[in-house]
Amino acid sequence: MSILIDNKTNIIVQGFTGKFGSFHAEEMIKYGTNIVGGVTPGKGGQKHLGLPVFNTVKDAVKNTGATASILFVPPEFAADSAMEAADAGIKTCVAITDGIPSHDMIRIKRYMKRYFKKNKMTLVGPNCAGIISPGKALLGIMPGHIYMQGEVGVIGRSGTLGYEAAQQMKNLNIGVSTSVGIGGDPINGCSFRDILEKLEQDDQTKAILMIGEIGGPQEVEAGKFAKENMSKPVVAYIAGLTAPKGRVMGHAGAIVSAYGESAVEKVELLKECGVTISKNPSVMGETVKLVLNGKKIQS
Amino acid sequence: MVVASTEGGMSVEEISKEKPESIIRSKIEVAVGMQKFQAREIAFGLGIDSKLISRTAEVIIGCYRAFSELDATMVEINPLIISKNDHILALDCKMSFDNNALFRRNQVSELRDKAQENSNEVYASDRGLNYVSLEGNIGNIINGAGLAMASMDMIKLAGGEPANFLDVGGGATPEKMVKAFKLISQDEKVKVILVNIFAGINRCDWVAEGIVQALKKIKIDMPLIIRLAGTNVEKGNKILKESKIKYIEASTLEDAANKAVVALKKLEN
Repeated sequence: MSILIDNKTNIIVQGFTGKFGSFHAEEMIKYGTNIVGGVTPGKGGQKHLGLPVFNTVKDAVKNTGATASILFVPPEFAADSAMEAADAGIKTCVAITDGIPSHDMIRIKRYMKRYFKKNKMTLVGPNCAGIISPGKALLGIMPGHIYMQGEVGVIGRSGTLGYEAAQQMKNLNIGVSTSVGIGGDPINGCSFRDILEKLEQDDQTKAILMIGEIGGPQEVEAGKFAKENMSKPVVAYIAGLTAPKGRVMGHAGAIVSAYGESAVEKVELLKECGVTISKNPSVMGETVKLVLNGKKIQS
Repeated sequence: MVVASTEGGMSVEEISKEKPESIIRSKIEVAVGMQKFQAREIAFGLGIDSKLISRTAEVIIGCYRAFSELDATMVEINPLIISKNDHILALDCKMSFDNNALFRRNQVSELRDKAQENSNEVYASDRGLNYVSLEGNIGNIINGAGLAMASMDMIKLAGGEPANFLDVGGGATPEKMVKAFKLISQDEKVKVILVNIFAGINRCDWVAEGIVQALKKIKIDMPLIIRLAGTNVEKGNKILKESKIKYIEASTLEDAANKAVVALKKLEN
């Protein structure tokens, strides 16, 4: 298996006919992803890339049986699109969009409370690279060829640092079950912890690599969850050892403001939770390899 | 979340440790906004005189309105006072705003005073680059915030100090590369430049051409370390080699950081 998406998942693209949406839809189709259509309000009834375009997500779901979507919608409209997807019964929605206001994210999260857990959409992102289940489906903007199919689940806030990890693992002949980019914003749709929970239940996944960074309590919450609820080993790298306090480092969420949010503190707290730390970004792959081979690492 | 306390003059983190009972917390339901009873509870909790409760509650609700209507991330009033003739006054206030929401908050963006900011940081933000000036002397040009932080960490581990954080965006377009080189070359602290680009959909050959173009426009006379990775990396490195630019090629993140530090040490000797 894999989590969230596989080769049978019916997927629609929101913001399908835009430049960005079209480009990445083509890339995803090339990868073998089962894209079944898209949504652009006002362009319903047209064909784009040989696939049907719908006016609303509800129309798209009704006609294609889509259960997952990906958003390439400008920040000012993204919250609206995410809520539309949730309401149409989409189960997994990836928001690629960078720059969604925090108050809009709060509104989305609030809106989703109206659904029972089993009907609730998993929102991945925003400001993320998306999801890939190598060899099966790509619901994102990452370069598919650097991911090998395998047994390591990857969760990360950063896009390119995630690519770096995938490449390191591939060079060591280590593959990925599913890689999920949860995004660099202070308020995400889902957290490290949410994805850990899914990976723990996934048969294909044998170990997990978390790629975190400064800012927010998420990584440590995930560590605590792992300590109490997980049987699979977790490896983590936290970026931003050299980041000064109180400054936003590119990602809106990457800012150290309270105790436990700096890289050094996160590393300490994660170690206490039994998480194996990759001590620098160039040994993420090697650290995963050691853990897969059942070695305990003293760091 | 609204936090209130009568204990002034010290940071709220300390108060929460030393006198946790003196901190009043109230969770706001964003769908309906702050309710009057919540503001009243806070006012009573602060020990405000009964006859001033509704006026204090109004001020508190006003703060919440400012928070939500201006896309603030924080509104802090300290101190809030009652004057001799029973006026409730905010003597000082700090607000932080969400950069991502400035497109719909013109009255907030107009308040920005660029003279108060680091000139290189203003230059960068005007050109869509994520840049933070730091103390060291190894300049960085990197795509992606996480990779940029990771590269800075590697520089430090290799024994160097980064001069900046610079994320040119995942795409690393030729236009952004030109701007990035210009920005870094303006920084007098910088003695060595490290470029680390992980190309995905934007292939390395395209990124390499962008670098070559950028270096035609901007003259760099200091050691330049370039590490390309990802899609079409061989093609990208070939383009760099065949161009006339002077640079040191690096293969991995670690290799790049080590070479940058070695280059710096050579300069210093």
